[in-house]
Amino acid sequence: MKASSNLEKVLTAGQFAVTGEIGPPKSVDAQLIRDKARLLRGAVDAANITDNQTAIVRVCSMAAAKIVLEEGVEPVMQMTCRDRNRIALQSDILGAAALGIKNILCLSGDHQTLGNQPDAKGAYDIDSIQFVRVAVRMRNEGKLLCGEELRNTKKADLLPPRIFVGAAANPFAPPLDFRILRLAKKVAAGADFIQTQTIFDMNLFKRWLGKIVDAGLHEKVAILGGVMPVKSHKALTYMKESVAGMSIPDELIKRMEQASDPKEEGVKVCVELIQQLRELTGLRGVHISTVEWESIIPEVAKRAGLLPRPAPGESSPSETLSA
Amino acid sequence: MQILRTVSRIPYYVLITVEFLFKKVVFRCHMCGQCVLQFTGFTCPMRCPKQLRDGPCGGTRENSHCEVYPERKCIWAMIYARSRFIHRTHKLEVIQFTIDWRLENTSSWINYFSGRDGQREFKRNLKRQAKAAAVGQGA
Repeated sequence: MKASSNLEKVLTAGQFAVTGEIGPPKSVDAQLIRDKARLLRGAVDAANITDNQTAIVRVCSMAAAKIVLEEGVEPVMQMTCRDRNRIALQSDILGAAALGIKNILCLSGDHQTLGNQPDAKGAYDIDSIQFVRVAVRMRNEGKLLCGEELRNTKKADLLPPRIFVGAAANPFAPPLDFRILRLAKKVAAGADFIQTQTIFDMNLFKRWLGKIVDAGLHEKVAILGGVMPVKSHKALTYMKESVAGMSIPDELIKRMEQASDPKEEGVKVCVELIQQLRELTGLRGVHISTVEWESIIPEVAKRAGLLPRPAPGESSPSETLSA
Repeated sequence: MQILRTVSRIPYYVLITVEFLFKKVVFRCHMCGQCVLQFTGFTCPMRCPKQLRDGPCGGTRENSHCEVYPERKCIWAMIYARSRFIHRTHKLEVIQFTIDWRLENTSSWINYFSGRDGQREFKRNLKRQAKAAAVGQGA
């Protein structure tokens, strides 16, 4: 075990993993984070804590992750290279590990000009692939990027952070062929799991996954497909028009538009998608994200037949068998 | 003696101006001081708003344009197209070294040949790794 995180245990046991997503609030509302965490307890193996997503200032992901951890849900702390240079990235990994956060997700981050502080200077000191390598090196070798070892004094023990390192992949953004190569680079950098961009276009996703399987990458890294229940066709139209790097088929928008109960239809679409994803080879789990609709995640997981989740700390079936 | 010092630096200023003008015109150079053009299909990746040196971010639009500047083409889409055109996509597989920001606005040519940007050592290591991997596969 690299980090003994719950997510790692579920993936190593060969079970189909489920991760959720919690968006921290735009104010000092710790109770809101607690409430969202309670909703997800027992419904997911781990919950992503977004890091100032779409470059809008929110409660920082490390603080929110700690609050979520206190509520008994394992966090996946997202970290972007937009806001941190290499000093802050490495220091935040140490800080997160010290707080008991065991999963991190390394991202480039949405560009600052797209958020509410468009006049900000972005850090972009190192890129997400280099960041994955830095994080993995800190864990495996106990060394910083500069080569210095992680000990307090020369004679003290080496104390590397025990973290499970994730990265993102977008199967839908051009250049499509390059996306395979880029995932291969993230795997070569040492990523343990990959969460994909939200899937709406199943055909395009299958094509991408086929190439990943051909390259044998699915054996080296656990790939979690991203899904999202949407409330209405307006949300889909908005994403199609304004969110870059998304592929949304027109039939899906039409289906949502014609539905008498759009919310119910959104859940149905999402559940169908998860069921299709479960049958694909090369996929080891799903990542259910929402836009301010965390309360629906347990319902989606339940209807997709993903519940009950294996309890945290429970020994995996394979381990029990070998014992 | 200040004047002598300034005079002695004239060749450097001339060189850096020539390098800057040449690269600005041909590659729209950003003077990072540690050129990776040979890896990126001879297209400068520093033109990316996120200055990514390992590949495109997830925000490329459906028409291959940039998420930050919708009117511009994604520089990594260009890099990939050009690398394919000149059969150098294998060069894109390399995970790049992290940028040394102290070298910004200095001469990449001098940094390369003096070894200050560590790029020749980086390439030697790459070759060594490739050789080791080939031996590992053979055995």
